[in-house]
Amino acid sequence: MNEKNNTLLIYTLLYFGFLYVPVLFLPIFSFNDANFMSFPLAGFTTEHYEEMWSKRNLHKALWASIKVGVVASVVSTTIALFAAKAFARYKFRGEKISYGGIMMPFLIPEIILAVAILVIWVNLGFKLGLVPVTIGHTLFCTPFAMLILIARIEGFDFSLEEASRDLGENAWGTFFRVSLPLYLPGIVAALLLSFIISFDEFILAFFLTGSDATLPMYMWGQMRFVQKLPHVLALGAVIIVFTTFIVLLAFWLRNVGQGKAKKDITMKL
Amino acid sequence: MIKSWRKIYAKNDNIKAYTLLSPALILVILAMVVPMVLMLSFSMFTQVSMMEIDYTFTFQRYIDFFQKNLLVTLLIKSIKISFLVTLITLITAYPVCYYIAFYVKKNKMLWLVLLTLPFWTSYLLRVFSWKIILGTKGVINSSLINAGILNEPLTFLMYSETAVVITLTHAWAAFALLPLYVSLDKIDFSFIEAGRDLGLSRFEVFWKITFPLSLPGVIGAILIIFIPTVGDYVTPALLGGIEGRMLSNMIQAYFGKINNIPMGAASATIMLTTVVLITIIVSNVTKRLTQRLT
Repeated sequence: MNEKNNTLLIYTLLYFGFLYVPVLFLPIFSFNDANFMSFPLAGFTTEHYEEMWSKRNLHKALWASIKVGVVASVVSTTIALFAAKAFARYKFRGEKISYGGIMMPFLIPEIILAVAILVIWVNLGFKLGLVPVTIGHTLFCTPFAMLILIARIEGFDFSLEEASRDLGENAWGTFFRVSLPLYLPGIVAALLLSFIISFDEFILAFFLTGSDATLPMYMWGQMRFVQKLPHVLALGAVIIVFTTFIVLLAFWLRNVGQGKAKKDITMKL
Repeated sequence: MIKSWRKIYAKNDNIKAYTLLSPALILVILAMVVPMVLMLSFSMFTQVSMMEIDYTFTFQRYIDFFQKNLLVTLLIKSIKISFLVTLITLITAYPVCYYIAFYVKKNKMLWLVLLTLPFWTSYLLRVFSWKIILGTKGVINSSLINAGILNEPLTFLMYSETAVVITLTHAWAAFALLPLYVSLDKIDFSFIEAGRDLGLSRFEVFWKITFPLSLPGVIGAILIIFIPTVGDYVTPALLGGIEGRMLSNMIQAYFGKINNIPMGAASATIMLTTVVLITIIVSNVTKRLTQRLT
């Protein structure tokens, strides 16, 4: 459309406000020198950040979240890479059903996944802990990683692989020397975003961690006590900054080396 | 033997595709399908005491579910809240996507990245920030009281259905924005121009051309928001209070302090079945609507 539309522009900007303002209250109140989160602000302090550093359990929870996130993102991205290649490259029988099946964990309510894994895990006689959480997160991250990778691979010129094979490279050589370097930005983006999803995931962790809390579980535990809230705010502010940085990096990587024509495909996620 | 196997492999796309897919399919089967089947069978057992379960098959848990007023009420309330959230999210997000698809010319990608960025920050923290805003001593109430507009805090803001609906609308916005934008951006602008040239008003152009063509995005957004929000746990637990409780809070209680696993499994199964049924109905109705409109 060639004309302007100021009403819609104002509405859009207001909508941006609705999306961003709530999230910004966390960092604002994390510097506020009071235990209650209300206006007017009481004064500037970095005390809550110092308090945050001193918490032993927090360090433990952070380490647990990192372990789960790294394993879940590496495993789910690897699995998703193979799957994405199958969908982008081949036409085959049962394509739709397989796609739907792999996307399912992303669609059905998480609480149902959590409860189902809980029932089987306990009945197999295993102890709850970080292992079932990691399994759940891998299941949950795979569809995300696959969507990102399909977008990357779909625009890929498969004749490059064929050329490599014709020139005498074997399948592994072709994969490592031709395909992988071209997929790499997509793979890194998938790794980063899966890590963030796992790092922030709460429901699966809530049902499956037992006593080994992950970071969101730690925050949940602290949220019930008013006097402990300020350091949760500080922690939340740090997490928001960290997440935003990683996500922007992933978004940027997703578009590296992809022509403009490919951009609308990347928009699928 | 190996050679002939390789030949078959090289020729057959089905085998190649399924070899590549096997890790993902094994993961889905072992970590989702098998556990869900087991959950389904547990919904037909009976919890005798804290540690003991009677493994004879019975449909009693399902009968119990529908005889307990509380559970049925919570199921209906979950559906109602999800329905409201889906509707409000769609209506509020649509104009934004419309603006970006048709009026923004430079850096569309940047606009979209900015729209989806808040979604990536921790869900728990976003829900928590609404607690800061809506609470009795929260941002809205403390500001209004300080400004002298109110004497008492507004209590309906916190621990209510309203709180849950507002928070979920914020939390799931990205899932409406993306599919809506993709379907609007795909619309060939010459259709709209043709409509204008043929003398249709702006309103008619929208209802007869733009909206029907964006329906795939609308359906996508409905599915992707409605299904997961029915089972939301965090928002009702943190902000719902007693009024805003949803079925998932009860499911959690069955697996937690009540310790009645078969009853919890039955409730989860009923939730999933209801969601699937509603989804099928919604997508069929919208498909018919699309056919009639286009």
